[in-house]
Amino acid sequence: METLHETENERAMDHLGCVITGTVGVDAHVIGTKIVSRALREAGFRVVELGAQTPPEEFIMAAQETAADAMMISSLYGMAELDLEGFRDKCTEAGLEDIILYVGGILGVSRRDFPEDEAKFKRMGFDRVYPPETDIRVAIEDLKADLNRKRAGRP
Amino acid sequence: MGSIRLFVDLGSTFTKLVAFDLEAEELLGRVQVPSTVDHDVTVGLEQAFSLLAETVPIDETDRRQTLACSSAAGGLRVVCIGLVPEYTTEAGRRAALGAGAKIVGSYSFELSEAELREIEETGPDIVLLTGGTDGGNKKVITHNAALLARSDSRVANIIVAGNKSAYDDVESLFAGSGKNVIYTSNVMPEIGVLEVEAANHKIRDLFIARITQAKGIARAKSMIADVIMPTPAAVLEAAKLFAGGVDGRRGIGELLLVDVGGATTDVYSVATGAPTSGAVRSLGLPEPYAKRTVEGDLGLFHNLDTLMTLAGRESLPAGFDDIVAAMCHENSVPTGDEQTACHLLLSRVAVRSAVDRHVGSLKYIVTPNGEVVVQRGKDLTGLRWVVGAGGPVSFSADPVKVLEGALFDEAFPLLLKPKAPEFLLDGQYVLFALGLLAQSEPGKALRLMQKYVVHL
Repeated sequence: METLHETENERAMDHLGCVITGTVGVDAHVIGTKIVSRALREAGFRVVELGAQTPPEEFIMAAQETAADAMMISSLYGMAELDLEGFRDKCTEAGLEDIILYVGGILGVSRRDFPEDEAKFKRMGFDRVYPPETDIRVAIEDLKADLNRKRAGRP
Repeated sequence: MGSIRLFVDLGSTFTKLVAFDLEAEELLGRVQVPSTVDHDVTVGLEQAFSLLAETVPIDETDRRQTLACSSAAGGLRVVCIGLVPEYTTEAGRRAALGAGAKIVGSYSFELSEAELREIEETGPDIVLLTGGTDGGNKKVITHNAALLARSDSRVANIIVAGNKSAYDDVESLFAGSGKNVIYTSNVMPEIGVLEVEAANHKIRDLFIARITQAKGIARAKSMIADVIMPTPAAVLEAAKLFAGGVDGRRGIGELLLVDVGGATTDVYSVATGAPTSGAVRSLGLPEPYAKRTVEGDLGLFHNLDTLMTLAGRESLPAGFDDIVAAMCHENSVPTGDEQTACHLLLSRVAVRSAVDRHVGSLKYIVTPNGEVVVQRGKDLTGLRWVVGAGGPVSFSADPVKVLEGALFDEAFPLLLKPKAPEFLLDGQYVLFALGLLAQSEPGKALRLMQKYVVHL
């Protein structure tokens, strides 16, 4: 009975959606993703927090297991392009072709080139790309809007 | 039953027949005659038997016991269909290549009607259908199965090696289609995991059961024991045994094998190919330990045009084009000093290009933490053994010169070719035969290899 109860609770929590968070690759900067996770939870999302140094494959497996709606991937050590190579394609193979993908942090060599990084990660299949100084509330509002659009069946 | 065992390779250019004495563990004889695949493969086979009988006392029983491999009639022609090109499509391609197939088409994502027509036109021996990790994407593989189910009779054999969760749907789509559909485990069960062995075996099984019938090889089968695998699969089996050993007898360890033929150049590596420097990161699909690649456009007889173009980068002897033309006209075996020199140069170019395409490469990428080196494919720089095989190498006037094409080149430091290997030569061109023998008597096959693959 208790298990059932928990499930119902989780469902109630789940009305906004389920989000996977973590830093990818061998990036040990854990603070950013902790802040993101906490803010998402406070906003009413169910959060699967993978923490620091998560291989890309683990993001995918966690999303498959939890039927997640989105991933918010952090990277602050500038190697995200290598860590996330082919990530959208991997999601597609794994049956996650509709998952919403956000990435944020220090993504490239120079911070001044953010528009360039943004364009690059969008080409790689990420829906939204954020520089490190982004207010997490902005990203959460974006996520709500993207989820609503997706659920309404609009592109 | 005597101790003589015969093995034949029904090739696209030559039919090669090899006789071993299994008691004495000796090569008794080896002959080759031009293949007669176009009209009747048995004509060439009979000629080979007669020629061998001139030096080796073979009788009807020996003939009947002959085992064969074949690359005739276009080889084992496979179309690979997957989801994402770099993932399940590539995983399927690797499974097919490892099974000795010739890949005659690769398709990704949802097939279009036009692509289906194209596959029908191609008329492959086998379609290898993959897509999705287990529990992953079902949509694409079921879409493609639905299309294939209504393809015409030119698509007869289908091996499904994709997302297992889609199999029930796929099975009902193929029901009543009249196709021979075989199900096996996923070539990419999880992201980043490659499991090609099961698909590989199904391809070979199908080759024995059905494909040889359709290839005009059936008549050859009535003369001998069986045609058990495509030739490249036999050579790969030999390479694996030679490297890994069997029953407590050690192999020589990791190796690269280059087999130059009349129509293609095959490269096999039995090696992990892991980065040799700790600072290097590996990217891309994992590499199969025993890997085959084939350059269908690099042959010393059928595809000389490509080689001539590639050779254009070398300093060519005077009258090169005319000499090569004359050589081709007189069949592919060179005669005289001039033709020998040109043949050697072309063989070396074939080896160089094929190994260039087989090995992995490095790329330097700048990050905030400094430069990062990324490796794709196998790092074979530290490899100890390079083995040469195939008529153009085995019977070359200077095999070392030909095999030098496989060496690391300072001018292209990012290509991870072997830096200081020792060269070995299948001087009698018997590896295919020993790969066949290895299926029943691996210990004898290994000892024969160690005897007949010689140091250069």
